[in-house]
Amino acid sequence: MITNLSALIIIPLLFILLLLFSKDKLLIKKISLFGAIVQLIYIIFILIAYINQSHKEDFTFINSFSWFKSLNIDYITGIDGISISMLLMTSVVVLAGILVSWKIDFRVKEFFILLYLLSTGAYGFFISLDLFLMFFFLELAVIPKYLLIAIWGSGKKEYSAMKLALMLMTGSALILIGILILYFDTQLHTFNILKLTETDIPVETQRISFPLIFVGFGIFTALFPFHTWVPDGHSSAPTAASMFLAGISMKLGGYGCLRVAAFLMPEATIEYSKIIILLAVIAIFYGALATLMQKDLKYMNAYSSVSHCGFILLGIGMLNQTSINGAVIQMISHGIMTALFFASIGMIYERTHTRKIEELGGVIKSMPFIGSVFMIAGLCSLGLPGLSGFVAEMTIFIGAWQNDGIFYRISTIISCASIVITAVYILRASGKAITGPVKNSEFLKLKDATIAEKTASVLLVAVILIIGFTPFLLINLINDDTFIISQNFLKVLSSK
Amino acid sequence: MILNITAVVPENVIIFSKLILVLPFLSFLLLGITGISKFKNYSGIIGITSMLITFVLSAMVAFKYFFNFGKAEDVFQKILIYKKEWLSFSENISIDMGILIDPISVMMIVVVSFVSLMVHIYSAWYMKGDKRIKVYYSFLSLFTFSMLGLVLASNLFQMYVFWELVGVSSFLLIGYYYDKPQAVAAAKKAFIVTRFADLGFLIGILILSYYSQSLDFITTIDRLTSESEFYNNSIAASFIGISALTWALVLIFVGGAGKSAMFPLHIWLPDAMEGPTPVSALIHAATMVVAGVFLVARLFPVYALSSYGALNVVAFTGIFTSLFAALIACTQTDIKRVLAYSTISQIGFMIFSLGISGIGGENGHGYMASMFHLFTHAMFKALLFLGAGAVIHYIHSNEMKDMGGLRKTMPFTNLCFLVACLAIAGIPPFSGFFSKEEILAAAWQSNKTIFFAALFTAFLTAFYMFRLYFKIFWYIEPLKAKAKSEGNLYMIIPLSLLAFLSIFAGFVPFNKIITSDGKAFESSFHFTFSLLPIAVAVTGILISLYLFKSKNNKPAIISSTFGSLIKTVRNKFYIDELYIFITQKVIFSLISKPSTWIDKNIVDGAVNITGNATQTFSEKIKKIQSGNTQNYAFWYISALIILIVIFTYMYY
Repeated sequence: MITNLSALIIIPLLFILLLLFSKDKLLIKKISLFGAIVQLIYIIFILIAYINQSHKEDFTFINSFSWFKSLNIDYITGIDGISISMLLMTSVVVLAGILVSWKIDFRVKEFFILLYLLSTGAYGFFISLDLFLMFFFLELAVIPKYLLIAIWGSGKKEYSAMKLALMLMTGSALILIGILILYFDTQLHTFNILKLTETDIPVETQRISFPLIFVGFGIFTALFPFHTWVPDGHSSAPTAASMFLAGISMKLGGYGCLRVAAFLMPEATIEYSKIIILLAVIAIFYGALATLMQKDLKYMNAYSSVSHCGFILLGIGMLNQTSINGAVIQMISHGIMTALFFASIGMIYERTHTRKIEELGGVIKSMPFIGSVFMIAGLCSLGLPGLSGFVAEMTIFIGAWQNDGIFYRISTIISCASIVITAVYILRASGKAITGPVKNSEFLKLKDATIAEKTASVLLVAVILIIGFTPFLLINLINDDTFIISQNFLKVLSSK
Repeated sequence: MILNITAVVPENVIIFSKLILVLPFLSFLLLGITGISKFKNYSGIIGITSMLITFVLSAMVAFKYFFNFGKAEDVFQKILIYKKEWLSFSENISIDMGILIDPISVMMIVVVSFVSLMVHIYSAWYMKGDKRIKVYYSFLSLFTFSMLGLVLASNLFQMYVFWELVGVSSFLLIGYYYDKPQAVAAAKKAFIVTRFADLGFLIGILILSYYSQSLDFITTIDRLTSESEFYNNSIAASFIGISALTWALVLIFVGGAGKSAMFPLHIWLPDAMEGPTPVSALIHAATMVVAGVFLVARLFPVYALSSYGALNVVAFTGIFTSLFAALIACTQTDIKRVLAYSTISQIGFMIFSLGISGIGGENGHGYMASMFHLFTHAMFKALLFLGAGAVIHYIHSNEMKDMGGLRKTMPFTNLCFLVACLAIAGIPPFSGFFSKEEILAAAWQSNKTIFFAALFTAFLTAFYMFRLYFKIFWYIEPLKAKAKSEGNLYMIIPLSLLAFLSIFAGFVPFNKIITSDGKAFESSFHFTFSLLPIAVAVTGILISLYLFKSKNNKPAIISSTFGSLIKTVRNKFYIDELYIFITQKVIFSLISKPSTWIDKNIVDGAVNITGNATQTFSEKIKKIQSGNTQNYAFWYISALIILIVIFTYMYY
């Protein structure tokens, strides 16, 4: 009973109901916080139950019933090691996001309800085992983003919100076409992932469906050249929305690429793998170069997200277990790290009212906590050992290097080179904005982080450190499932 | 190789060596993460105590290793005393956290923990009154932890992990005075230059791991030095005519060259002098900068037995850097920068000494000499830096022009500094004489060009070190009055101990304990051979004496004679300017700016155009949906007619 996954959707919905009927601003915040904590604890319970189960299957805690019988759409939920780690990451980011939004004062109720809706979409997405259900939850996660940016955003918020919504909708449309092709071209006429894995999807179908689904999900995870919603969207969004957007929403894309595109269609993945790698490497390197030139901290982090999310696709494109492990770790690591980054940038912006690197300086003097948090996020971003980014990137590099051939080698070397550029832009930004002489004497009067902000930061830093210090825990959790995916590729490759 | 006979390791050695890593880390956590301000006043004591225990434990491990359990069949063994899988990549390849002890790692833990202890003690005096002292000590502990982890690493990737951690602690400590723009810039430069070099290291690791299918040192070395399929594959595969193994070793050496400030990656080290002086002594003189030497020494069997080409790269980089840096050191006026260039030059000695060495017995002379020099250099260079720190603390300036005549006011520092200068110049019986002698002897046996270049460098070394010494302590008439005290016990203890070792460290019989193959050999030491180097060193000192003992215009005459030449050297051969040109003009302006432009105008432009086009298009077609029934009927009927026409054509 405790492992009924539907509760993951029901709990947030119940809390939304509660929020609808509460009036007091503080009460709304407290309810939201409580809900996020409940969700986190529940996910930890599921994690423990998952680890303790005696027999390991592909997916566990499966719960299914027919949803639209005539169309053969099932409501089916289940998890494996990959999705449980994504769930855990999501709930941590949600909790942190709610904590840093503590000072929101404008349309509080709507704000938190939208955050909850967004997270419900993400939770639902990660536990769905039916393509249609997955699509449904993906859409559920898109709409709140538009409103969050358009209402609570800053800068050219209408433009950014519109751009983001339209581009993501385009992605969704491609995905929808892709899964409909899968539905109609297989004998079973099903969206059920479990059934689809057992049938052989014809290679011709895969060739058409794969690019649609991969690009569709790719738009979510900033696939080059469809990444341009990322900088505008992230920088216009309010802090919590940026955290959700980069931390959770971009991972929906990565997870979708892995679970739907790569997992269901191994033949097409292999055929298209070089293109995937090429686009990933462009995103990694070119994203990093573009980051170098950014003058706004949020733009900087948004572009660096493009670069870092490229690693996810690179890991998938390299087709072996090590690289896929790396891709999954990168999803989690980047989710947490970028949330931390946006949180610290948000805290700085709230106090100094600027995000321009040139206008900031010596922030750490009056705000040592916030400055240190920024530094930790930066060090994680540039892949310092002991923090999660290192684990993810190195795993991808080692995996990538296992593919013999000059194309793979050069791609890997270029990706490796990006970590040098990362170091340059991180240190450039932190050297000017965080340390250095105090630019504005007003900064000296500013107060350091509040308790809520400190809690959020400590939570995220703790996860970064746990992954960084004990990567084997995460690897053990996902190893069996990435093994299945890589085994699919191996089977195809050896049959050729 | 016969390194796989396992010696019996006493239980307590295993515990001690784990504690050696745990203690500095704990003190880092205690001082750094716990925000309890209560510890502020005790931070020095906490740091010093943990370091003292670490040093004692290191010394005990070293003692037991050398005299008790380390030898089996007269050969010092590489012993893996602890291993835990940390990050598994695939079946064979994983990062393990382990502890590997062998003569060089044991020697290094003693050096690192000793110098670190001295610097911890000295800092209690030097950094007194600093508001962020707790942070300072926590960074020092973090550095010590990382450095000890680096030298004890049992796995190539584990070494890379600690390598990066060492880099970041160096970054944090150089930028310790974070509101000084130069310090921030220097920290950034140090990190980025070494990061760039580490890219080489990383790719080298990737290549090596691919061919040896292992990251473990013992296994990797074993597989790549014997006639195995791994070795054959790595030799067979090649890229532009050079074997994969050579590529890997050269790239790994690039990483080492970055940390050890070899040409052309040396540019960060002089700037790193912006950090607090005790930090320079610890990180940028005695320990971290020799990491590159240690790295090559760690993989030495592979270099020496499997890739002659890579070893040559090591040798020539070393000797060139050594000479190059010594020339620059002669012209610098900031005393810490002189010492920085001198460090680069001395590390060049260690590097080329490895590069000319072979393996086994007499052939491994260079290897032994390199390790020997690493050991003695750590002592006298730390002493020089701490002495310079005392001078800077007294004068509040780094510039030579503000100094002079300090021998009466700072007698103790004067004495220590003189000892260190004699040691680095290579005057017997000071420690530097013995180690430099071994290097020169090894060079004489293998390559005469390198030998003469090294000899000339030795001459320059004696010259610029005594230029420094005379400029600080003589040059002008001594100030008689002792204005204020030189320092308290926290300053005197470390300086005295280091001075003691700078004198006597040369008597450690390295040829018996630290050799390329673990076996002792008789060093062919002839006093007749030593005459030439001693004469050269003395000449250098005498020239300095003549030029700088008292104020005169001779140096000015010389520098005006060689005007532009000296200017070039003083400007460090314009290497920094070259770098700025490459980074600013080439990377930023020619690569980064265009890609940002493309992103904004072409990629994003396409998106906007699509958006706008859709809008314009819908504006146009919205007229069609006029709501006018007649209009609809018109369109309907026209379309019907067209379709009928088409179908008629198609079917008839």
